[in-house]
Amino acid sequence: MLPRIFKRIRDWVDDRTGLPTAIGKMAGHLVPPDAKWWYVFGSATLCAFMIQVISGIALAFSYIPSASEAYSTLRFISDEAPFGHFLRGLHYYGASAMVLMVGLHMVQVFLFGSYKFPRELNWATGVLLLGFTLVMGFTGQLLRWDQNAVWSVVVGAEQAGRVPLIGEWLAHFTLGGDTVGGATLTRFFAIHVFIMPALIFAFVGLHLWLVLRHGISEPPTAGKPVDPKTYRQEYKELIEKKGRPFWPDAAWRDTVFCVGMIVAVAALALFFGAPQLGKPPDPSIIAASPRPDWYLLWYFAVLALLPHGSEKYFMVFGPLLVGLLLIALPFISNRGERSPSRRPWAIAAVLMIVLMIAALWVEGVRSPWSPNFKAQPLAMSVVGATNGPVFVGAQLFHSKGCLDCHLIGDDGGRRGPDLTDVASRLPKSQMILRISNGGVNMPAFAANLSQADMDALIAFLQTRKIQPP
Amino acid sequence: MNENQNKNTPPCQRPAPTPEELTRRRFLERLSLVAGGVGALILTVPIAGFILAPFFARRHEMWRSVGKVESFKIGETAAVQYEDATPLPWAGVTARSAAWLRRESADTFIAFSINCTHLGCPVRWLAEANLFMCPCHGGVYYKDGAVAAGPPPSPLPRYPVRVKDGDVQIQTASIPISNK
Repeated sequence: MLPRIFKRIRDWVDDRTGLPTAIGKMAGHLVPPDAKWWYVFGSATLCAFMIQVISGIALAFSYIPSASEAYSTLRFISDEAPFGHFLRGLHYYGASAMVLMVGLHMVQVFLFGSYKFPRELNWATGVLLLGFTLVMGFTGQLLRWDQNAVWSVVVGAEQAGRVPLIGEWLAHFTLGGDTVGGATLTRFFAIHVFIMPALIFAFVGLHLWLVLRHGISEPPTAGKPVDPKTYRQEYKELIEKKGRPFWPDAAWRDTVFCVGMIVAVAALALFFGAPQLGKPPDPSIIAASPRPDWYLLWYFAVLALLPHGSEKYFMVFGPLLVGLLLIALPFISNRGERSPSRRPWAIAAVLMIVLMIAALWVEGVRSPWSPNFKAQPLAMSVVGATNGPVFVGAQLFHSKGCLDCHLIGDDGGRRGPDLTDVASRLPKSQMILRISNGGVNMPAFAANLSQADMDALIAFLQTRKIQPP
Repeated sequence: MNENQNKNTPPCQRPAPTPEELTRRRFLERLSLVAGGVGALILTVPIAGFILAPFFARRHEMWRSVGKVESFKIGETAAVQYEDATPLPWAGVTARSAAWLRRESADTFIAFSINCTHLGCPVRWLAEANLFMCPCHGGVYYKDGAVAAGPPPSPLPRYPVRVKDGDVQIQTASIPISNK
């Protein structure tokens, strides 16, 4: 009895809207039979995006996008609202998952040569979606609106300012005026909550439309290159002969992976929680050490490690060039072998890029180029004297800022060379020369040290020798 | 196949117009495009204007007192806070700005921007080392704002500063955007 009513309702809806049939056709479209676990990352990205939409809308119930109030609403969400801390965590780890899945999806598509004919525009729209995702990550970090967020806006504006001709204009557009202020946050709110999501929805739609139009690419076979003249026919024959309906033959893997990801994201949110809020967004609090969230930390390292003087060109043309190259990839080569076993350079390129980002990321976490402002005066056991020039020199080594950038044992910063046993490699004259004149990354201290200071400092440094075992 | 096509041909189809001929259909097509364009323009100009408003805002610079002259010691550099020129009512703490103020002599002061010229991070003053250091990428400046080390492309910018009625005053300014 009941099922018949359901069927009649369904038929009525289908007659009036046509949607059940259309959706059924899409869900049942035939996919290659051996598209297995490698193919889950695209839908996983969409799944992560859905986590973001839902958790983002929930957060918007309590968030006030006002320069004066956003911080206190974040405090409220984090500390008082039921599930608030969990929800912020969900949005943060959901964002992390989305960035990660976009990356994995891209690597898989690249290695499988799926971007080749006729799927060039699948790839190009995917690259744009990667860009949108990163913009969401950056603007999302700013909506946290703590001290780190405020300085990240400034850092963003300074990078925009490097663009030739319209740089200053862009920088002011980013800040929403001359300084960080009342107009800044609302702009990023509108971008993060309306503009970028709308673009992502539109391009996900287009991306999926293209997936349906060209079909899911079959796993590559070595020795079976793509020839635009014959590819479509071959794919059609393969699908007609061996194709399986997407739902449920392939979709079950997407579902299982997606649910696994949701569980992982929720577990991370529950056990680790969202990033701690920093100090209030007061630009006059000078003690700040702005850092981007993890997915942009590697770029923070790039900006620190660029050769001095090349920043201007790199900051503008670097990202632009990378973006253009990525979009251009299928237009440079849309035919030939797809199998990674026949494309060693493709594997090498992926390995190089992954290693490069990983290495830069590790450097970003360590950020050895940042002075260690927390360096404490050296302990007596390290100095080895309680009075006399060695003792005075050790005090100067801290007070003159040397320790902020140089290591003595385990204390100090990592900006300059480790001076734990400097006396074993540099003679006194060299030490004086370097301290007086400085270098590319070291200030010249000649005008800042009296002769007595210099003598004491050298006396201290001369005790820094390799200890006999 | 041909038969089918013939069957589907609408009965009212007219002979194709020559390129110069303005048919009713072509006229309506153009009308729609032009009307759509006008509608888009009517909406775009004010909306774009609103979004780009920050560029049309007239800059009001103001002198802000940051402390009595005698509260600053000669030869020392201190952080001073003041309010931006015309903060929006809901700016809250973001309306605040800071500068490093150095008293050179009895009546000369220098006000440095706190923004590193590399990427704008707030530089800190290390009084005993006589250096400004940036927490982000390790830029260092001497006490006069000249670059001492690291990636900054130019010296720390300076803000106009004056002494009026016993007060040290700094002129508000935009965040210096480095283009080097």
